[in-house]
Amino acid sequence: MTAVITRPEALLYDGVEWDYDKIKRVYDAVEHIALKEMGLDVYPNQIEVITAEQMLDAYSSIGMPLMYKHWSFGKHFARDEMMYRKGYRGLAYEIVINSSPCISYIMEENTMTMQTLVIAHAAFGHNHFFKNNQLFQQWTDAEGILDYLEFAKTYITHCEERYGHAAVERVLDAAHALMSQGVHKYPKKRSDLRTEQRRERERQEYQDQTFNDLWRTVPKTAAGPRPAKSVSERKKLLGLPEENILYFLEKKAPRLEHWQREILRIVRHISQYFYPQKQTKVMNEGCATYVHYQIMSRLHETGQISEGAFLEFLHSHTSVVFQPEFDDKRFSGINPYALGFAMMQDIARIAETPTDEDRQWFPDLAGRGDGMAAVREAWANFRDESFVLQYLSPQLMRKLKLFSVRDDAEDPYLLVDHIHNERGYRDIRKKLARQYDLGHLEPDIQIVDVDLAGDRKLILQHRVTNGVLLDEGDAKAVLRHIANLWGYEVQLIEVSAISEAILKEHAVTAPSGIGVV
Amino acid sequence: MNIIDRRLNPQGKSLANRQRFLRRAKEQVVKAVRDASGKRGIQDIENGEKVTIAAGGVREPSFHRASQGGVRDYVVPGNKEYVEGDTIQRPDGGGGGRGSEGSADGEGEDEFRFVLSRDEFLDIFLEDLELPDLVKQKVKQSESHTLTRAGYSVSGSPANLNLVRTMRNSLSRRIALKRPKRDEIREMEELLREAEEAGEDAEQIQALREQLERIVLRSRRIPFIDPIDVRYNRFETVPKPIAQAVMFCLMDVSGSMTEHMKDLAKRFFMLLYLFLKRRYRSVDIVFIRHTHEAKEVDEETFFYSTETGGTVVSTALEEMRKVVEERYPHNEWNIYAAQASDGDNMSSDNAKSATLLRDVILPMCQYFAYIEVAAEHNMGLSALGRETELWRTYKQVQSPERPLAMRRVRSRREIFPVFRELFAREKAGA
Repeated sequence: MTAVITRPEALLYDGVEWDYDKIKRVYDAVEHIALKEMGLDVYPNQIEVITAEQMLDAYSSIGMPLMYKHWSFGKHFARDEMMYRKGYRGLAYEIVINSSPCISYIMEENTMTMQTLVIAHAAFGHNHFFKNNQLFQQWTDAEGILDYLEFAKTYITHCEERYGHAAVERVLDAAHALMSQGVHKYPKKRSDLRTEQRRERERQEYQDQTFNDLWRTVPKTAAGPRPAKSVSERKKLLGLPEENILYFLEKKAPRLEHWQREILRIVRHISQYFYPQKQTKVMNEGCATYVHYQIMSRLHETGQISEGAFLEFLHSHTSVVFQPEFDDKRFSGINPYALGFAMMQDIARIAETPTDEDRQWFPDLAGRGDGMAAVREAWANFRDESFVLQYLSPQLMRKLKLFSVRDDAEDPYLLVDHIHNERGYRDIRKKLARQYDLGHLEPDIQIVDVDLAGDRKLILQHRVTNGVLLDEGDAKAVLRHIANLWGYEVQLIEVSAISEAILKEHAVTAPSGIGVV
Repeated sequence: MNIIDRRLNPQGKSLANRQRFLRRAKEQVVKAVRDASGKRGIQDIENGEKVTIAAGGVREPSFHRASQGGVRDYVVPGNKEYVEGDTIQRPDGGGGGRGSEGSADGEGEDEFRFVLSRDEFLDIFLEDLELPDLVKQKVKQSESHTLTRAGYSVSGSPANLNLVRTMRNSLSRRIALKRPKRDEIREMEELLREAEEAGEDAEQIQALREQLERIVLRSRRIPFIDPIDVRYNRFETVPKPIAQAVMFCLMDVSGSMTEHMKDLAKRFFMLLYLFLKRRYRSVDIVFIRHTHEAKEVDEETFFYSTETGGTVVSTALEEMRKVVEERYPHNEWNIYAAQASDGDNMSSDNAKSATLLRDVILPMCQYFAYIEVAAEHNMGLSALGRETELWRTYKQVQSPERPLAMRRVRSRREIFPVFRELFAREKAGA
């Protein structure tokens, strides 16, 4: 950003109270900086003022303004509320939704400076990221999401009325347990939620129109033993192996009813919608934090906000990007805000004022000048894993004093295997990147086989890396959910990714009764 | 940019989720409520309560890696002195200096607290308790009256005119009698005027004129509102029962009463209080404790002070009579009493206690519950064989027509069933 100081303008606001006029003025000033000076590109903005309680409501239902009903949201509400009331945790100042128009919530309790910060952070930072990052472009449908959620909510309420709370809850519980196993990781075709909604309506209509009770009375042919298909043929027909367990169950589970499949589909779509967010925590927060920092500094520079307001901003900014060290009581992993913000600043620095080391590490980036453009480029094309791998610089590693630790259960001690020195940089960077790789973070579980003509046992496989098995209690519980949906026995085999040796097996017998009972 | 104020949107969107959650966590919540109720005073049992429940029953499982075993790498910030190849003592609890990765849910969430609203708390607290239909004899002696709506009447004061009902009657009457509408008359007049202007022949005009006259006459004969349409709101005076009750908590606090026993007593009193509170508009509580002499005290002292001395039960009964005479005339108050004791009494006092109970206390009480509390592990004497002095004494007084109930309670578990039994029995007998 050019550091030309324009003539001091009148203050945009004074004091802490906010009102609509001030917000409008601030918004315009922020928008000017964001679009004209920083070159951001955003969806239209919609800013909604809500109360603290509504904020709690919103983020107990995974941050969405409308959501179907489920007890787990109640549980999260209870927990969040308790934390909030006890002061263990402040409320998020804002929630922003990846939709078009992009909706940002601001709380009525915030001061005017906080509202300015939130507008810069959410309405421009996150908004720009949502609109420009390729993962979001590829995977999410910002125009359709709110309508789709509305549809999902009505559909599920309707199911509750028709089939009872308990029956719906059982399906939802199972679907939630499988949420992380409910995404397509490689794009097949862009999911368009509006089409999705229309198709469901058409399916329903078709069923209603073609319903004929007589079919029920047609005697079933005694199916003789069909010639057993070869294993590979069978797998091919079922599209196995399949890592999207929810998808498989929705399409292939023999005993599910139409509405149960539809609920699985809804949960799967929502999970898919959040998949890019899971992969871009560092970048998304880093982007928003960088944007708000630039904008607030600029407002201060040009005399549009007072010293007091700027100090208030700095106070909350520094607490957001605070990174406790590993031996600090407050340490709970790497703070995505801190790492993201630091990396964004670092990229701009390398582009504008590189050191020799930077020239050596980032030949294309170092010294190319326009830092803002370099940062925007990063925002558009990466996700956390590749971003860290591409941009984490030795200088930043030194600054954060990063080191890597190997924890081998066989050894009595932890081993410091790399530190922030010449020999360690590449390894630390690689390891940190892996820490953000969902493919590495989440266990690799796939459905590998099922014998539809035989006992219909569903077989899943977990490919174990580094000898880390699944948490047994939880795995069993999830398998029970799968068995409920599948209707028959389910087995999970944990095999070593290297030697293919079977390490552990879990099995859950078929649920009694039919379908999801 | 759009800015929208959503603050007036309905709050508590999460209510439905909360109800689903409570339903889901029912068992743990019930347990938590029962536990929590022991820790609070009788009079504030009515407020909402924070309860702690285990997350176990409301876990949301997912596939995730175990926290132990295998080889893991972590990158963490803040290296101070380590160099490559250093070894670090494994921190307690394993896992190394790692962060909040892994499961998003599960580990580290052993339990959490949340706040139940007053109604939720009471519903759960009293859930399996059938509130008995208590004796209502004294309630019948009504003292005041209140006006209640009681349908409609054809006479009354103008202030009580029920306009809606009156107009409805008038409309149905007009429809039934085919009163011409105003529009019809106007139309007819129009027709007549047109005919006159057009200079139609006299006969036709005459016919129209007669027709009009007929309609007008008819509309006069059938009035818009007729006296028979008129309805008044009718009120009736109904006797209002006295809705106040006083509860006497009598407790022996001599040295032999342990904390455990007092706790049992407290829980019993608590139930009684809640039960009365739900039935009456106002409930007073009088705490009377006694050793060899009795005194009215506050709740704190009642349950928690340590005092010792001999045991003379009749003093408590005497004190209760005194308080009733002073403050709670028994034709205005519903009087309940619960007495908790370990059953010891000075033998010389038994006869006096029995007389006092039979002749003075029971006649003025709606219900008198005697709870004999025993040490939890005392499975022996008092439970199985020997009856205590006081038990024997009271037993002599007991008869089907006297509102006296006696039960033994040994552990917390028994409080609920015993309470229910006490009140249910009365219902069956009534």
